[in-house]
Amino acid sequence: MAIETQPESAQAPGGDDPGGTPRVRNFWLRPGIHTAVIGAVIGYLLGHWLGDFIAGGYQQSAASDDNDFAIVLGFSFLIVGWLIGLGVFDDLMRQMLGRPIRSWDDHSANVGFGRYFRYTLDHKVVGLQYLVGMLIYFFTGGLLAIAIRTELLSPTYHVMSPTTYLEVVGEHGTMMMMMMTSVILGPFGNYLVPIMIGSKRVAFPRLEALSFWLTPCAFLILLSSFLLGGFPTGWTGYAPLSIQAGEGMDSYAVAFGLMGISIILAGFNIVVTIICYRAPGMRWSRLPMFVWAMLTTGFLLVLAAPVLVGGMYMIVTDRTAQTAFFIDQLGGSSYLYEDLFWFFGHPEVYILALPGFGIVCELLPVFTRKPLFGYKIAAAGLFGVAILSFFVWQHHLFDSGMDPDMRPLFMLTTELISIPTGLIFLVALGTFWQAKLRLTVPMLFAIAFFFNFLFGGISGVFLSDVPADTTAHGSFFVMAHFHYTIMGGLIFAFFGGIYYWLPKVMGFTMNERLGKIHFWTMFIAFNSTFMPLFAVGLLGQPRRVWEYAANLQTLNDWVSISAFCLGGSMCIFIFNFVMSTVIWRKRAPQNPWNARGLEWQIPSPPPVDNFAQIPVVLAGPYEYGDPDALPVADLYPPAGVIAGALVRTGTEG
Amino acid sequence: MAAESPTAAGTRVDGRRDGFWLLVLWIVLSVIGCLLVALVLGPHLPPGDQSSSAASQQTDFTVLGTIATPVVLGVLLYIGWALTFWRQKPGDETDAAPIHGSTRISAIWIVSTSVIVLALAVYGTIELITPAGAGAGQGPQPIWKPAGTTTSSLTSWTPGSSNILQVQVIGQQWAWTYRYPQFGGFETTQLMLPVGEPVQFNVTSLDVIHSFWAYTLGVKADANPGLNNVAYTTPEHTGYFQVRCSELCGIWHGSMYDTGEVLSVPAFLKWTQTTKVQLAAVTKILPPYALTYDPTNIPAGKINTALGLTSAGGGYYNPADPEQP
Repeated sequence: MAIETQPESAQAPGGDDPGGTPRVRNFWLRPGIHTAVIGAVIGYLLGHWLGDFIAGGYQQSAASDDNDFAIVLGFSFLIVGWLIGLGVFDDLMRQMLGRPIRSWDDHSANVGFGRYFRYTLDHKVVGLQYLVGMLIYFFTGGLLAIAIRTELLSPTYHVMSPTTYLEVVGEHGTMMMMMMTSVILGPFGNYLVPIMIGSKRVAFPRLEALSFWLTPCAFLILLSSFLLGGFPTGWTGYAPLSIQAGEGMDSYAVAFGLMGISIILAGFNIVVTIICYRAPGMRWSRLPMFVWAMLTTGFLLVLAAPVLVGGMYMIVTDRTAQTAFFIDQLGGSSYLYEDLFWFFGHPEVYILALPGFGIVCELLPVFTRKPLFGYKIAAAGLFGVAILSFFVWQHHLFDSGMDPDMRPLFMLTTELISIPTGLIFLVALGTFWQAKLRLTVPMLFAIAFFFNFLFGGISGVFLSDVPADTTAHGSFFVMAHFHYTIMGGLIFAFFGGIYYWLPKVMGFTMNERLGKIHFWTMFIAFNSTFMPLFAVGLLGQPRRVWEYAANLQTLNDWVSISAFCLGGSMCIFIFNFVMSTVIWRKRAPQNPWNARGLEWQIPSPPPVDNFAQIPVVLAGPYEYGDPDALPVADLYPPAGVIAGALVRTGTEG
Repeated sequence: MAAESPTAAGTRVDGRRDGFWLLVLWIVLSVIGCLLVALVLGPHLPPGDQSSSAASQQTDFTVLGTIATPVVLGVLLYIGWALTFWRQKPGDETDAAPIHGSTRISAIWIVSTSVIVLALAVYGTIELITPAGAGAGQGPQPIWKPAGTTTSSLTSWTPGSSNILQVQVIGQQWAWTYRYPQFGGFETTQLMLPVGEPVQFNVTSLDVIHSFWAYTLGVKADANPGLNNVAYTTPEHTGYFQVRCSELCGIWHGSMYDTGEVLSVPAFLKWTQTTKVQLAAVTKILPPYALTYDPTNIPAGKINTALGLTSAGGGYYNPADPEQP
């Protein structure tokens, strides 16, 4: 619990050694993204050569065009080479050689713009790296979605071959699902959680930086699938199709598994940070709701993602080492993959939803000028969703032919999730009651979150019901449902978060007029895109099809044109984002929203150390309208206060 | 639900009784909305009423839609009300009244959502069990069978008897074929069913996972390689119906569709007799009827090699001779 008094964590044992600090090399010789690329290329060539060497003895590889050994080993060595090039193992080597290592708060080697392209231990740099990275992945996935909708303009006239179409569908789905797991926890979680809990650091700065630097690697490997013929399975990668598929499938398995490792590290770091690095006085009952959401999300990541990594590992060995985890004829089971995948996949859906809940719960009190209605109810809602999410995965398999006895049970557990989700709605609606709404851009996104999530949630009840699911399963209805929850929920909250926190994070205000234009075009185009897809699905169009019934062309064309408008709306955001942060650079005041959150009490952008000294938290973050409320924290507590506060929080446990 | 006031009276300085009017509006809108959904929209909801399972799904959609309507309308009305009346006036920099919560409102909310959810789960279970699994694939050992049917004979079928009609659905990349074991075991690309007779679909696959979706019949069952997946329905009206694959199965997944037809019983019997004769020569060289087939008998790997295919080309991992990974 103690931050100042505790010795440096075990990760930096040599930080205070009198042996001096590590030598700072010339700019180009310092490890960074350029050395990482060199390392990756060398690693891939080495691995590919080794794979060819080993596989030469296998009749299976010799007899077919595929050499999955070489590809997988190439990717594995690529990852290692990338990390060596980045300097991830530098401190480890220094430690083994008995040299002094970098301390978590030594940022002398990381100044200037170059720090955004290096492996740094500053959680704020990692947060911004995540923000830009996630936006790039999101827009790449969005372009693929535009390509899908272009193909679906006509039921019979095709702009792509079916192979290309499935490549694009698979890349879109996988890329989006990979980035969505980190889209809020990565940028906002890493950047803001330490500040919100009054800490100068995260628990594991090296793991945090590693979790980010694995993502570019994962996305490049995923995109390399295009060069290897793509993968025909969509983002779910069902066996045995994934065992049958060509070399592009290796990209999918390695990339998704790598992303799984990245999110395990990110979640672990966030959970430990929140539990161990809260400032004195930051009791559980004063924790901002966003931090609660990050805590529950972190737990889900740590508990669910290993199953994904295991599943992907099994796919890789099935494809290379002739194991038979998922091959029925050899004693495996294709059901095993479905179970493994969805045992990760359904908690993942809530990994995507909970951060969105956290952000809107953070925005509502600020812009309604009221305390959060039922703080404990909101936290209970988050935990309820998180716990229940591990007991519902079979609802993806209602038609699969698995033991029908389990269907009533999983129908019940799935529907039970609407109770904790309903609690979040109760909190939101209660907070609205006789409020003084300020319709700023972040608030518009927060309100739209509830509008969209309402439809996403209600359609989910239809899908949880086995008879209704018989028709809706595997159709565009499902597609519309999860786009409503993920894009309409998570991404709207993400944009709300950007508009809300960018003044703090970068110190620049986004243009409000453009922000409102972005909001309204996005809101209208989003609903116009995905609302008709509920009907398209119920009228009998399965997902991921390349041809569809001619009578559905009008609806599909409407959806496609709306999707293009949605893409245009994103261009408005990119323009606003780039202009506001690079060209206009309008300085933001320290606390433009007049918010009580601890992060707003420090300068914008936050100084390197976050706080001059560890603050003492005095009150909860949502005490709006209460004239007797204490300020949220004492940023310059007199000496001795911390010791007293430490004793108090220590006894509270 | 949402419309109750946390403060006792629910009145404001300007005298508007928010809680009262929200409640009144909500009730009025809900009654209108529910009636529209249940009576006007409901009978037109997919998948229609061509079979017993489709009809039960349509009822289910209607019931769920009717229950969802007040919830959706309540939340939307409330948000709309907030956006209309609870805005901060220009120049007003003060905060609103601090309300930290209300045990009464929270309790009402939790109890009402729990009741709705539990009722839905009970209703869903009943709707799942009574129409013989609601058309969903139940795996090799189905537990909810159509009332009064048996599987007494796999080699003959007479209309009106308790012996259920067996239709085997075989998925492969990228087409459906159908086998009728009770008519000599011929395998055809046409799916024909008699009206008014319960049908047992035995769905299996030869290569990867497909999903047999007879849309207006309200039947969906995954076709898994090496596994039998049973689904039941009873067609109630003659006419055509769509068959699609609803599980991604490779590059031509989007083109894996078909049209089936529900015929009158005499027309169905006539069709089986002519088809049986037509296909007699083919039936002889088919593997004997079984619930699953060994896909390794299919020399797809060699076809792939001949065609120069490297991606998903209809091949399958061959356990004896792993030349096609």
